Amino acid sequence: MLKITDLVKRYGSGEPVLKNLDLTVEGETVVSVIGSSGAGKSTLLRCINRLVEPTSGSIVLNGAELTKLRGRELRMARRRIGMVFQSFNLVDRLTVMENVMSGRLGYLSTWAAVSRRYPKEDIRRAFELMERVGIAHYADNRADGLSGGERQRVGVVRALMQQPEILLADEPTASLDPKTSEQIMQLLRDLAGELKLPVLINIHNVTEAKQYTDRIVGMRYGRIIFDDAPAALTEDAMEAIYSGSPAADRAGAGLKEAS
Amino acid sequence: MSLQDTLRDPAPATPGMAHLRDDWSRFSPRQKMQRWVVMLLCALAIAWSISSIEVIWAWVWDAPQQMGDLFGRMYPPDASNLAAILRVLLDTVNIATVATAIAVVVSLPVALLAAQNTTPNRATLWLGRFILVSSRSINTIIWALLFVAIFGPGAVAGIVAIMFRSIGFVGKLLGEAIEEIDKRPVEALEATGATRFKVILYAIVPQVMPTFWAVAILRWDINLRESTVLGLVGAGGIGIILQGAIDTFRWPEVATILLAIVALVILGEIVSAWLRRRIL
Amino acid sequence: MSDAAAPRDHWRKPPFIANPALRWGLLLAVAAYFAWVIGTLPVDWNRVSEGLSRAGRIFGGAFPPSFERSGLLIDGFLESLKIAILATFGGVLLSIPIAFMAARNIVPLPVFWLGRGIIIVARSFHPVIVAIIFVKAVGFGPLAGVLTLIIYSIGFVAKMLAERIEEIDWGQVEAMRAAGAPYLSTLVYAIFPQILPRQVGLTIYQLDSNLRASAVVGIVGAGGIGSTLANAFGRYDYDFALAITMVIVGVILVSEAVSGQIRKRL
Repeated sequence: MLKITDLVKRYGSGEPVLKNLDLTVEGETVVSVIGSSGAGKSTLLRCINRLVEPTSGSIVLNGAELTKLRGRELRMARRRIGMVFQSFNLVDRLTVMENVMSGRLGYLSTWAAVSRRYPKEDIRRAFELMERVGIAHYADNRADGLSGGERQRVGVVRALMQQPEILLADEPTASLDPKTSEQIMQLLRDLAGELKLPVLINIHNVTEAKQYTDRIVGMRYGRIIFDDAPAALTEDAMEAIYSGSPAADRAGAGLKEAS
Repeated sequence: MSLQDTLRDPAPATPGMAHLRDDWSRFSPRQKMQRWVVMLLCALAIAWSISSIEVIWAWVWDAPQQMGDLFGRMYPPDASNLAAILRVLLDTVNIATVATAIAVVVSLPVALLAAQNTTPNRATLWLGRFILVSSRSINTIIWALLFVAIFGPGAVAGIVAIMFRSIGFVGKLLGEAIEEIDKRPVEALEATGATRFKVILYAIVPQVMPTFWAVAILRWDINLRESTVLGLVGAGGIGIILQGAIDTFRWPEVATILLAIVALVILGEIVSAWLRRRIL
Repeated sequence: MSDAAAPRDHWRKPPFIANPALRWGLLLAVAAYFAWVIGTLPVDWNRVSEGLSRAGRIFGGAFPPSFERSGLLIDGFLESLKIAILATFGGVLLSIPIAFMAARNIVPLPVFWLGRGIIIVARSFHPVIVAIIFVKAVGFGPLAGVLTLIIYSIGFVAKMLAERIEEIDWGQVEAMRAAGAPYLSTLVYAIFPQILPRQVGLTIYQLDSNLRASAVVGIVGAGGIGSTLANAFGRYDYDFALAITMVIVGVILVSEAVSGQIRKRL
């Protein structure tokens, strides 16, 4: 269970990007976070694994407080949080297998990492997951030779290799064409069920959010203004989340959202 | 009157729109004046240099004849010592190759220290930059003078001298490449809970490998040239017999050695172009 | 592809060179080469330990650096500066015709090979070798330095300029020719404007390079601060030598920064 309480993030001395935000994600639900650019979605996700340092508030994952951790303890906590990125963030010049294994870096010995001699059970798990998402035959290919959808599958497998307790996905489909994008959403949804994993997805596409997730959280100006089942997302609610120009929202928030 | 002013200066408003202009010039009067000032300064610098440099002008007028004389004495090249020349030529290649190999290995950690995004803290950043600057600013010959004093005359001093000079060159270019990498994979691997070392190993090193090889090849090419002069201060290579031949006025042999050096450098460029095609 | 019954638990990174014989052969050859070169280096450890104590003496003698004869130091530097200015002027002036000769799109093939030949020879020789020959031909002093650095400048400026000329927009030249312009006017109006910005940048860069190089060629007697340094070293005035080295490093850093700034603004 992920429990976020009174979370504030402020860059410099400007208007906070996240304003006293509370959010709880339980069990194996797939939650989507929607909102216009600059609403603070990406910052929220990055606060959870501390890629962005929260200004104040508390984030508790399965009983462990994340906001106070440093050094080794922080790395141990990050191992338990998988993340999938909008631009895949693969290492282009490494093979698909090495990219997938980089999800195990928190567990691997330094020698195994340097020599690329990975433990048998890790390799087995990697092949199983790659088989599952349909990229096992690319194991020896360089990551930059793959198509967008395949690259995102590598990104997903990399996150799952961590054996995470929660999966964060930061606009995982924004760089993909509509068809591939639906495949990836379906994959995330299925994997959540198979691996009993809560998933938190930032997403721009409201149709996909409604179709593939159990719960929708709507953000605006760094606050959650909607949190309910997809069916409850009415025209009025949409209007409240998205009205006005995104640029005005950005100006209001005082900052550009990190993407 | 800086260059910046020249660039920023807008064209002045056309005076008197009433009559048709029959004059045109490329630059506005102010730009023109600035150009003249820059040119005048250059001319003054040259005039100052010419008037105050300590040369005997008779020698200057004599120089072409002296040069002609020298080249006359070099012809025809004397290849009787060719075997010895080729042997030291091989030494020269060895010095350049070994020194480059050691230097690129050593420069990788130095580059990591000197790059803002990989250095552990400010102290190490300045340490890295200090190593690079001192290595780069001191010429190979000066390094060689120092190491000949330590190791005695010979190739060892040459190798160490070239190595010391190369670390700065390779490290600087590599450090810049590290600072310019795509930061997104780094973020992704940090998010997996990997240690700093493993993040560098998996997300940064693969990204800078092409630069690493390109810089190593480039430096090898430069080092071939540099190692031809090490011998002049006693640090091994072909320079030793060149110096010997010059000191004993064996000009035909000097000609052979010079031709050998040209051949070596051209061969080096061919090899490095081939390597670049193969590896990159 | 593995079948589900026997899950794969083995993986090796595909090697850079697929052929194992070639891969191991190459690795062995490289290892043998380095072993041979390093193994046959004449390292006399007694000499080295002696050398270390000598290095200790040199450094001991060098600290603290002595700026007592700063007059000599300043004179040496001014001479280096004069050498650099004159060599840049002469070198850039000569580079222009040589660059045109070495641009394939401007001149007939025999002239092209002559131009390229000059550049290759100028680039092949380290300035120190050129300096030694000039010192023998015209005697010790700054004249040899200027001549050396003129050759050095030609090797770099003419090469870069020739490459730029080969890349120029040919349409402008054709437009001039179509207007019936003679050869020289075509050069001045269609080609010079295209290469001028590059030329100014190269000149500033070369001035900086020449200043550095003049510190080195002086060591073999071609004048400037390098001669001052070599003299100090030869007379065992290590404290003065260190002072000179420190000033050289400082001046090089400043001149690099200044030339970088100017070129950025061009």
